[in-house]
Amino acid sequence: MEENAIISLKGIVVDYGGERVLKGIDLAIHDKEFVTFLGPSGCGKTTTLRIIGGFVDALEGDVFFDGKRINDVPPHKRPVNTVFQKYALFPHLNVYENIEFGLKIHKVPEPDRKSRIRDMLALVGLTGYETRHITQLSGGQQQRVAIARALVNHPRVLLLDEPLGALDLKLRKEMQIELKRIQQSMEITFVYVTHDQEEALTMSDRVVVMKDGNILQTGTPEDIYNEPVNAFVADFIGESNILDGIMRSDFVAEFAGVVFDCVDKGFGQNQRVDVVIRPEDIKVVPPSEGKLRGIVESITFKGVHYEMTVEGHGYKWLIHSTLAEEPGTEIGMNILPNDIHIMRRTEDEQ
Amino acid sequence: MKNEAVIRRSGATQVLALPYVAWMCIFIIVPLALVAYFAFTTSEGAWTLDNVSRVGEFSPILIRSVWLAAVSTVICLVVGYPLAYIISRATGSRQRTMVMLIMLPMWMNFLLRTYAWMTLLEKNGIINRLLGMAGLGPLQMINTPGAVVLGMVYNYLPFMLLPLYSIMTKIDNTTLEAAQDLGANWRQIFTGILLPLSAPGIKTGVTMVFVPAVSTFIISRMLGGGGQLLIGDLIDLQFLGNAYNPNLGSAISLVLMVIILLCMSIFNQFGSEEEMEGILL
Repeated sequence: MEENAIISLKGIVVDYGGERVLKGIDLAIHDKEFVTFLGPSGCGKTTTLRIIGGFVDALEGDVFFDGKRINDVPPHKRPVNTVFQKYALFPHLNVYENIEFGLKIHKVPEPDRKSRIRDMLALVGLTGYETRHITQLSGGQQQRVAIARALVNHPRVLLLDEPLGALDLKLRKEMQIELKRIQQSMEITFVYVTHDQEEALTMSDRVVVMKDGNILQTGTPEDIYNEPVNAFVADFIGESNILDGIMRSDFVAEFAGVVFDCVDKGFGQNQRVDVVIRPEDIKVVPPSEGKLRGIVESITFKGVHYEMTVEGHGYKWLIHSTLAEEPGTEIGMNILPNDIHIMRRTEDEQ
Repeated sequence: MKNEAVIRRSGATQVLALPYVAWMCIFIIVPLALVAYFAFTTSEGAWTLDNVSRVGEFSPILIRSVWLAAVSTVICLVVGYPLAYIISRATGSRQRTMVMLIMLPMWMNFLLRTYAWMTLLEKNGIINRLLGMAGLGPLQMINTPGAVVLGMVYNYLPFMLLPLYSIMTKIDNTTLEAAQDLGANWRQIFTGILLPLSAPGIKTGVTMVFVPAVSTFIISRMLGGGGQLLIGDLIDLQFLGNAYNPNLGSAISLVLMVIILLCMSIFNQFGSEEEMEGILL
């Protein structure tokens, strides 16, 4: 077991309705860390969260909290609290009573309860909403109540299951910053589940990318973005150009019929690989100066940049550029060695 | 939200309401008035309070009716509540099957079902014969208050179950999980979440069992013999029986109505307090 891990999962296997939804999850979550499980729907990220919360039993494997095995500890005795996907607020109670629920269960004395709820309402920006009924709140406000209701109990770990999924974009961005601020000021471990890669990259200390009940990659947002382990992660984590390539030797790759210098080594000679290139890493130059050439097919204004699709060398290239080129014009494209990401073929691994 | 739902009262809606108003007058208001009229008159049509004051003579029967109906209602609640919870938590197809199984006996004629219980409970009935083979009994089962309660529970259980089931399907599993997540054990989830959220179903169920149970006459006559006379039997006797006296029957009906209203208002009072104190664990 890793040192200073607050939660660790060892070989967790879960079957649900005859289907294997988790296929041996190993993971250590550190104290005061913001960890995000990221993956498409059905990848097992929510199940992993529910394993930690105690709502799902593992077929195989162990869950440790502070080094103690907690497989058989029921949810109501675990030192974690959850913010549920659809908030799951108590409809018969008002805002104050909802937040008070956990404190009452834990027999926190009345004056203490009052001050903790007051602080918590201030933290989530709902001061003055104490007597409001849950049905009178907007989605964003309900979300804040759900967060306050969980945090008021001072859990060591807060589990969040796609908590911002139902909010509009602007509110979601605000809440992302808000959650990060809360996590840092309260020094609590956050385990966050989302399918939104941008959300994962913005908020997390560490991202765990999952697919089909497996962990594909664990790392900082920068690691995941810049050094994805395979084409799936690269594609999921942001838009990418994924090309068939061949490693001619260490530091030399051939794709789109052209030989490029790259920074990867350790592949076999002439091994077939996936080449991943981020749209923003393709430099648009005059045709004569480009190692690659192509004809602009379409261009879309995206605010900060233009998004172009360029036809050339048998591929459609996705390019993000601050320069606009008319459809039909020929352009040159260059890629720096550092921006060429060589990955083992996903199918070769299986 | 409530303000948006205000219905505009225009001439058209009032015209559309007319058939219903007429229906209510003919089939609810007029009959009630007739019952009240008979209750306060003699057979010759003269005003009197004798009928109403005579109802006091039957107070043992009134008390027995209320008591047996209350016992049956409580048993229905105790049996129906966990059952409704289990059904509401089952998956789609299993849920439908279980509801179907509950409803199935109701499709059979009410009298037939009660006759079936007679043959089961009789002195020479099936249960006593089986007991006899085991060297036990025979037990006196028919013509006891217990048999009447059994008949009431058997016949009215679905009326408790269905409102409870329908309200419980609206309680999301994650709501219960959230309570568990916040540290609540099963007892605390029940008193703090499940009970207050299902309170409207309990109220409906109790009403739908207690009201027919308190005024039944078939069940008590068939399973209770002559010894377990209930208000329903008493009223029946005044209209169709040897004691023919519609004026007295009307007076008893009126008193029964008052008793039911009293019982329900006491219960609802109790229920709403429960709802508010539900959170006090």
